[in-house]
Amino acid sequence: MTQPPGTTTLSGNAIRRIILEQSKRANVGHIGSGLSVADIVAALYGGVLNLPALDHPDRDRFVMSKGHAVLALYAALHLRGWLTAERLATYCGEGSILGVHPEHALPGIDFSSGSLGQGLSIGAGVALAARLKGSSRRAFVLLSDAECNEGSLWEAIMFSAHHRLANLIAIVDLNGQQALGYTENVMSLTPLAERWRAFRWDVHEVDGHDAAGMAGTIARLDTRSGAPHVLVAKTVFGKGVSFMERQIKWHYWPMSDDEFRQAIADVARAG
Amino acid sequence: MRKAFTRTLVELAEADPRIMLLTGDLGYLALEPFSDRFPDRFLNAGVAEQNMVGVATGLAEAGFIPFVYSIVTFASLRPYEFIRNGPVLHQLPVRVVGVGGGFEYGPQGTTHHGLEDLAVMRVQPGMTVIATADHRQHASALRATWDLPGPVYYRIGKDDTTEVPGLDGRFRLGRAELVRAGRDVCLVATGSVAAEAAAAAEMLGERGVDAGFVVVACLQPPPTDDIAAALGNVPAALTVEAHYAAGGLGSLVAEVVAERGIRCRLRRCAVLTTPDGVSGSQRFMHQAHGLTREALVETALEVLGAARR
Repeated sequence: MTQPPGTTTLSGNAIRRIILEQSKRANVGHIGSGLSVADIVAALYGGVLNLPALDHPDRDRFVMSKGHAVLALYAALHLRGWLTAERLATYCGEGSILGVHPEHALPGIDFSSGSLGQGLSIGAGVALAARLKGSSRRAFVLLSDAECNEGSLWEAIMFSAHHRLANLIAIVDLNGQQALGYTENVMSLTPLAERWRAFRWDVHEVDGHDAAGMAGTIARLDTRSGAPHVLVAKTVFGKGVSFMERQIKWHYWPMSDDEFRQAIADVARAG
Repeated sequence: MRKAFTRTLVELAEADPRIMLLTGDLGYLALEPFSDRFPDRFLNAGVAEQNMVGVATGLAEAGFIPFVYSIVTFASLRPYEFIRNGPVLHQLPVRVVGVGGGFEYGPQGTTHHGLEDLAVMRVQPGMTVIATADHRQHASALRATWDLPGPVYYRIGKDDTTEVPGLDGRFRLGRAELVRAGRDVCLVATGSVAAEAAAAAEMLGERGVDAGFVVVACLQPPPTDDIAAALGNVPAALTVEAHYAAGGLGSLVAEVVAERGIRCRLRRCAVLTTPDGVSGSQRFMHQAHGLTREALVETALEVLGAARR
């Protein structure tokens, strides 16, 4: 893409609408997590990622380490014209490769995921390989905040800082929630940005619902030398749907017909 | 086998720049020939085996052939889910190298005994699983498999001097190696304990028992036809492995015997007990678990007697 830095061609709300429609059609949950990352995914797929083609060897790689939010990515791939409406409509269907967690068999998915705490290591390998090969490709990894519970993640954080993987960009979806409760009550992460900073990362605290702002921040990163980068992106779980915002039950809950109508109306109202 | 591994890997890496070696901070006085020759392709990933496998997954996706090295348990068990969701799920050429299978780290204690690696690796589809009998066979196996498209697990021993007589370093992917044919009983072995099984077969011969001996260094893909052929004409067979009885070579051979309907009495000579904290030298541990040549001879005679009754 030749998108000017700091802009995005994708709308987070267009992604949200697809998340709601597909979740309703398939009668599945994980809705709130998808809504939480919609603007982050809009930024990445609306201009940040260098993606001349889905199979271009030197394209940027993206690891959806919080795999349970992949419906947002399916939506973005659809909006970019890489995933047909027919295929999108197989989401969670019998024999579909569009499951609740991503499978690399689907063009546009670089790595399968779904087990938290593994994606950043893979991203570190991608970044290291790019450096060794003299490639300009970058590795982007989207993490959940609760994923920072995983000890293996901190192995990857230490490794990446030690090897100064400047071409590795992590984004933490800091929505403060996990499956069974609020992160502060389950296993406190505070102060999360300080923790990454103490591990020698270049830390940027950003509004995770300001796609253009995040695109601008990323455009200004030095991805050629220095420390790896993390955007600690403050988000609202269930963002855009009034009755889902900050509600634990929408990690797993599917929508009733009435809830679906209201959710669509909320998102339409926000534009 | 450690020296044979490093020496062979250096040879291969001279010819192919895709080869990298990552270690989980282990391999003192074993890996230096590689790290000295290829400092840019060697990485001590620290005591962080999960991350090491994840990094190797990313490297492999970009076209590298990364070898990740640690002691058997730390190479296979600690990062197991990373191996499953990375190299196995994406069918990438990551090589997991576990050193010191069975009781090779004897006095180091239970945490260092590699007794379930073959089982857990064998259940992963598309994972090639190799446990060679001696250093010459390991060198052959590495040359035959280093560039396979999918993942490979290598269990390697620490011993670089012992050779299994008659094996002559032979290795073929998906095949077993018949070292000697016998009509009375067949010993089927994997890994470095194969040397004990080879000696047992020899001793049985001296006692008038015509004992065959087969080395299964490639557990996956399984050498099904070779196992069936070796066991098809003997009344009794022993599998010999420094591994728990469940899931390893004995299980593999039992699957072949059952599925092919082979009339052969099978005894799995393996580790059958729950860890009790007792450790000692490899020889002591082999004695404790009936894996010495002398114990194998007695077991063979017992099984043969039962089969003939």
